[in-house]
Amino acid sequence: MSKKVAFLQGNEAATYGALYAGCNFFAGYPITPSTEVAEVMSIELPKIGGKFIQMEDEIGAMAAILGASLAGAKVLTSTSGPGLSLKQELIGYGCIAEIPCVVYNVMRGGPSTGMPTGPSQSDVMCAKWGTHGDHPAICLVPASVQETYEEVIRAFNLSEKYRTPVLVMPDEIVAHMRERIVFPEPGEIEVVPRKAPTVPPEQYKPYDTQFGDVPPLASYGTGYKFHVTGLNKMQDGFPTTKAEIVQAEEERQVRKVEANADDIVTFEEYMLADAEVVVVAYGSTSRSARYAVNVAREQGIKAGMFRIKTFWPFPDKQIKALAAKVKGFVVPEMNLGMCAGEVDRNAQGKAPVLGIFRVDGEPINPDQILAKIKEVK
Amino acid sequence: MSRYELRFSGAGGQGLITAGIIMAKAASIYEGKQAVQSQSYGPEARGGASKSEVIISDGPIDYPKVTQCDALLAMTQEAANKYSHDLKEGGVLLIDSDLVKNVPPGNFKTVAFPIINTAKNDVGREIVANIVALGAMVALTGQVTRANAEKAVLSSVPEAFIELNRKAFSMGYDRALEASA
Repeated sequence: MSKKVAFLQGNEAATYGALYAGCNFFAGYPITPSTEVAEVMSIELPKIGGKFIQMEDEIGAMAAILGASLAGAKVLTSTSGPGLSLKQELIGYGCIAEIPCVVYNVMRGGPSTGMPTGPSQSDVMCAKWGTHGDHPAICLVPASVQETYEEVIRAFNLSEKYRTPVLVMPDEIVAHMRERIVFPEPGEIEVVPRKAPTVPPEQYKPYDTQFGDVPPLASYGTGYKFHVTGLNKMQDGFPTTKAEIVQAEEERQVRKVEANADDIVTFEEYMLADAEVVVVAYGSTSRSARYAVNVAREQGIKAGMFRIKTFWPFPDKQIKALAAKVKGFVVPEMNLGMCAGEVDRNAQGKAPVLGIFRVDGEPINPDQILAKIKEVK
Repeated sequence: MSRYELRFSGAGGQGLITAGIIMAKAASIYEGKQAVQSQSYGPEARGGASKSEVIISDGPIDYPKVTQCDALLAMTQEAANKYSHDLKEGGVLLIDSDLVKNVPPGNFKTVAFPIINTAKNDVGREIVANIVALGAMVALTGQVTRANAEKAVLSSVPEAFIELNRKAFSMGYDRALEASA
């Protein structure tokens, strides 16, 4: 039997990806250019007995998904720039209380209200540093409609596996672009369930590290009673200021993601085998980069692309390895050098990093990238 | 790799994004090619500049935007002025002859007919001007067959408006051929 195909927008694909992953609760506050996610969810969730809530604002939406997740739901919210700023305090709450959830943020011009209908990639640092304090960060940056669908599923899986908020952040071009999508059959893509407690309620502790760095999370309403707080906590979930406990818990929360970078970090290597100039790109900009690399190859230039699919954790190891053998990096991005800074940090002076930074609401075209590739000596 | 680039440009509210989506859907779902549609528009719901771009290819499409345009639809004078500069030599420019009085110069073929008036007076509803324009673009570009494009149109509009859109599509297709003959 042939698979179901459709001609969809990135935002629509994200929504169907979430539903494939078992999302049954959405709370959001509509905002351009992510509104289609809320629209489709409001149509689809009632059909499967799920819940759609349009909240009073982005903060309320973030709070609602955290609460629903604690009650066992698989949850999503969607937003853009200013909404992501508003959600930050509660994203931090999700990190410290270790609540699985997926935040879908479409990158538009910023800061503040910025350029609501213009594309950008300027939220990638906000994905890691937007909320205060040391915390884990996972952020996926898809580059096509099909990939947006698949990465939203992966985001749900990672959020359950590591018990932490996961961000999926297409730029506006990917979010609003339409392409053909081939839907996977049920069961074709793995859906990771939440790790349930194996102990009876009276022995249950929500942060019980005898079960490893990612302790099982019980669902409210199933007989397990436990405390959740934004304060630094003990294994039973109650607040503490005991130095050794706070230190250990903070380190564990970050370690559970950082130490598993190899499981989380994904990327595409395009024509890298003999590449002397490597374009490091992500999102829609990687599509311009691929075009430019192809033209460069036709002209006899040994160019390649390292395409970032997982922005956080950043592919440190891979960039370090490339830096040791290439003549230079070119980093095109729709911000003023956020990824370029990370590449430079990893290059450690071994290879120059040439940036192409646009924040005028226009995409970076292949010609600009090709010209920059030629500047690498 | 064959890469064919179309741009539907005009003002917000003219239905150009929809026209682009249907063209891309015709290529991608019905014609068996690959297609990407993207758009850019201002914050206004009506008025303001609007454009919808479609790339059609036999193989995978990387850059989703126009690099050098093969076919341009301009539904306002502003759009004609702004976008005709990157129209390819030998490309095609379709304009609404009532709205674009100053035809931009260049080494491309210009096809003009009163698109909005055709929708209003001959089809009967101004609102389907975008489908008239789409029919014309299908005829002028030859990237998808008439039958496949019609399928894409009819699968994209509400049931009650199928006949209206079928008529709009056909009239646009035929008028464009007449105008370019």
